[in-house]
This record gives sequence, C-alpha cells and structure tokens, in this order.
Amino acid sequence: MRANLSHLRRRLTAASGGGKGWLSPALVVIPVVSALLAIVAVAGVAIGSTGVAWETVIRVLAAKILPTGWIELDSVSEADQAIVWLIRAPRIIVAGLVGAALAVAGTQLQGIFRNPLAESSIIGVSQGAALGAVVAFITGWVASSALWLPLAAFVGAFLALFAVYMIASRAGRAPVATLLLAGIALGAMITACSSLLISLSFVDWQVAGEIVFWIMGGLDSRTWTHVVICAPFVALGLLIALWHSRDLDLMLLGEETATSLGADVERVRRAVLFAAALLTAAAVSVSGVVGFVGLVVPHALRLVLGPSHRTLLAASALAGATFVIACDLLARTANPPTEIRLGVVTAAFGAPFFLYLLRQRRKEIGFF
Amino acid sequence: MSLSLRNAGIQIDGRSLIRGVSLSIESERVTAVVGPNGSGKSTVLRLLAGLWKPTEGLAELNGEDLARLPREAIAREVTFVPQDTRVDFAFTVRDVVAMGRYPHVGRFDSLGPADNEAVNAALTRADVAHLEDRFANELSGGERQRVLIARSLATEAGAILLDEPTASLDIDHSLETLELLRELASEGKAVAVALHDLNAVMRWADQVALMNGGRLEAIGAVGEVVRDDLVEPVFGVTVEHIRAASGNETLVFHRLQGPRTAA
Repeated sequence: MRANLSHLRRRLTAASGGGKGWLSPALVVIPVVSALLAIVAVAGVAIGSTGVAWETVIRVLAAKILPTGWIELDSVSEADQAIVWLIRAPRIIVAGLVGAALAVAGTQLQGIFRNPLAESSIIGVSQGAALGAVVAFITGWVASSALWLPLAAFVGAFLALFAVYMIASRAGRAPVATLLLAGIALGAMITACSSLLISLSFVDWQVAGEIVFWIMGGLDSRTWTHVVICAPFVALGLLIALWHSRDLDLMLLGEETATSLGADVERVRRAVLFAAALLTAAAVSVSGVVGFVGLVVPHALRLVLGPSHRTLLAASALAGATFVIACDLLARTANPPTEIRLGVVTAAFGAPFFLYLLRQRRKEIGFF
Repeated sequence: MSLSLRNAGIQIDGRSLIRGVSLSIESERVTAVVGPNGSGKSTVLRLLAGLWKPTEGLAELNGEDLARLPREAIAREVTFVPQDTRVDFAFTVRDVVAMGRYPHVGRFDSLGPADNEAVNAALTRADVAHLEDRFANELSGGERQRVLIARSLATEAGAILLDEPTASLDIDHSLETLELLRELASEGKAVAVALHDLNAVMRWADQVALMNGGRLEAIGAVGEVVRDDLVEPVFGVTVEHIRAASGNETLVFHRLQGPRTAA
C-alpha cells in the first residue's frame, strides 16, 4: 500500500507539472476525504441498535441545521428525531472533533520532533491529559463545572509534552529510539499515577468505574455538552496549527535552516507544542485515551500529499475525523448489544501499523 | 552590501567559541574562512548569518545590528548553507528550493510567477534542475548539498554563507561549486565560505580569514594570509610549494612529526 500511495503522489505531482500547474495531490485528496467524511458521518447516525433510514437522517439533520421552516419534519417520528439529533448526532460530532484533533496533534508532533513516529498516545501526552482529567474527576471539580475537564487535561498534557521534549530532544531533533523510550517510560509513570489515584478512590465504586471506563477510550453517551466542551479548544488548536503550517515545513529541514529562512524557531516551537497539547487535551477530555489516530492518519496522507503542512494539516483534520467516526461505528456495531471500547478498535488498526513503521526504521534505531 | 563582525565573541554553556573577531565581507568578493577543526570557522559564519547572537561585540548588516533586525528581513539579505544536509521527510527537490522564497511571500500566499522564475533559475545554476521531481530524502549527500545551495540561491539574498559546501562533493562538483561562488561574487554578491582545502582557497578566494583557537589569526588578500609563516604554526604542518607546468602553484603539506609509522 505504501508503494501504491507513494506512486499516486508521483503521478499527481507529475500531472501538476512539478508544482507549477493548477492540479496538485491536494486538489484530489481533499475533496475525496471530504466526501468520505460526509458519507461516514451520515452512516454513523443511521446505523446503530435501532436503524434509521438514510433519508430520515439527512432530513432531520438538514431541518436542524438549516433555518426553521425550510424543511418539514412532520413525517418523522419523535423517536427518530430524538435518536438522530439528541443521541447519535452529538456522538458523531464528538468523534469527528476527537479524530481531527488527534490527527492534527500527531502531524504537528512529527514535525516538531522531526520524527515520523511521534504521536500523542505513544509519547505520553494523552496519558498526561488523562491524569489531569482524573484529578479533575476525583477532586470533584468536574461536578462544579465541566470546563475543568479540558483545562485540567490541558495542564497534564502540556507538562507531559514539555517533560518528554526536555528529555528526548537535542538540537531540535528527537532521535526515533530516544523519543519512543522516553515517551513510553513517561507514559507508564503517568498511567501508574492515574491508577494510584483511581485505586485510592475505589471507596466510591461508581466514580472509579466511570473513570476506568473512560480512560480506556470511548464515546458512549456523549451529548451536546461534550461537543460544547471540546469544540472551542479544537478550533483554537487547529487555528494555531494552520497559522504555523509554513514554519513547520521549515522546521522539518532543521533549526538552522528554518532560522536562516526567516522562522523564529523558539516562538514556533512554543506555539506548536502548545497547540498539540491543547488538541490532545480537548480530545482526551471527551473520549479518554484513543490511541494511534495521530500516527495512522498523517502517515498515510504524507505518502500521497507529501510533507508540506499547509495541505497536510487540513487533510489530516478531515481524514482523522473520518477515521474515528468509522472506528466508533465499528465499535458500536461489531458485537451487539455490547460496545467494544473505541480505544481498542483504534489500537487494533494503529498498533500493527506502528510496529510495521518501527520495523522499517530498524536500521536507524540500531537493534531488532 | 556589507556584513561584518565587530569585536564579536560568543560563549555557549560557559565555553568561549570565538573571541574578539572583527572582519567584514563585501559585495563582489569571495571570503574564505580557514583554520583547523574547532578553530571557530562555522561559528564565524553563524554569527554573520544571524543564526547565533554574539554575547560580546556586534554582528552588523549594512551598519545595522543584526540582533535588532526582524528574522525575515535578515533572511531576505543573508542566506546560509549548513553542513548538515539531512532531510528526514519526502519533500520534492522543487519544494525544498521553493522554501527559499518563503521570506519573500506572505504566510498564506502561493508563489507568484517571479518566485517560480527564481526557483527555476536556482535549480539550473546549482545543476539540480533534472532532480526537481525527486524526493530530497532519497538523494545522495552530494546531490542534497547542491539542492541546499539551490535553495540559498532562490532567496536572491545579497550575501551567501556556506559551511564547508564541498565536503561531500566529488571533484567535478566541488570545482563546479567553487566556480559558481566566483560567478556569484562577480555578479555582485558577498560570498563567505568555510573551506579546508588551502589550494582551493588560493585559486578561488579574494580574501582569507585565518582562524586559530577561536581567534582571528590573520585576515587579508590570499597572498598575505596563505603564507608559510602563518599556515605552518596554525595547522602544525610544513608546506612545500610546487609549481605546475600550467603555472599554477600547489601546496603540499607534511606533518611536523613526520609520517606515522606502523606500530
């Protein structure tokens, strides 16, 4: 598949006259991924324990989104309206936001570490966000305001990212092996802290059970509140990411080159690390730890689009949303009536892919 | 165009890399920076390029303190070709060279016709036009070196600084690169280049700065600096002069201790 995608990029690049013409890989990929996202989103709402017809789904969504009165809902039962708009739509939107956030965060981390294996859940950032959220749960802050969840998650994510950055990177570059080892150790340490906190709060079984369930990564019973909690943070993170897309291209060529081509390296690095932590925290605060999304999505896209971030970040957001909505659909429907945890499904795709990439880079790592 | 250091020095982590260096590189001249390993050649270039800020003294571009100029303004005037040419991601050669235009276009703007013109010209001059659709991470070290030179040319900066650009090039491409630097100088650019090969320096440079242990030992025209009484103590060698039939003078170096004997 790798060779095929790479070949596709060569073909599309050649068709564009080497970047001089109007056609580019992005002009093909972005519409295709957008269409896939629309299809998967409608399917996500239509399919479930109770099936809803496609036309009904589109009619209800259109009626809710367009100004009132444009589309009649008389023909749709109250129950169907509730399933579509109150139960499934928010879940699909949260899934989309989580996917977009994690994919973009992964893309940024790979750029800033100049390391194609960097990803939020692999280098401990998601675990940091989860610890922050666990603290917010246990202290009862969440009960006072749901906003504590993303804020505490952000503090956790940022501290973890800062720590792994300080440990693993030298002269703006984190070698594959060092970054992975530092990230895994840090992730394990943070997870142990979370486990400790959870086991200490086992007096209250219900709270502990809820936390454990959520840490495993899932999107069950997500509501419009969750959309509201995470959407502003995702939007802010995406804006910061896109604003620095060109700087991130320069960073891929090394700090000195980036500086000599006009980038303020220190400022770019701070902004990008901030955005990656923010996006990871926004995702983790509504879905728990959903792993590998930021690895699979940018990697596949980079093969077709190339590493330039202007198009890569936008395409990652769209494809990340598509990927997580599809994984969530699978998690809900593979083994009815029970749901498989979403984190399990993304890991089932992501972990083998990660191992495959690791094997490809075994020379660089120096063992295997 | 004038780019200069005034009594400049820099300490990193308490260690002094260079001290009290004053020199100036001018338009239409190739300045070679020479010296043993660790003598501060690369540091001189980095201070001139504004990549590092001097902790004492000043680096100046046309009389203005580099440390006070915005990064993008410096990037339009001064370009740097690093020694580390590693590229980890699959940018096409054209993408890499086009990045030389970034200081000239807005954050979200695409390259205009004039920019593409500059990119094409740079690709051709650095002899990498035939590689433009190849991925930069799949090239040989020498090819990558030339791609980075092309990127620097694409900036159309008035000063071009190169850190040992011939280190990974074969003989033909080394000569071609040095010829290109001469050409750029004759077109009005200020060129500064760190080199190890004193024979190349004699042949291609106008001005030579000789570094030794973080200090500027000598600076001046080639004949004033590449002299036995300066070169021999700094490099710890003896120099033999050979005149070829073509009239070119070649230096042959001998270690002071004599050749190594097999143990």
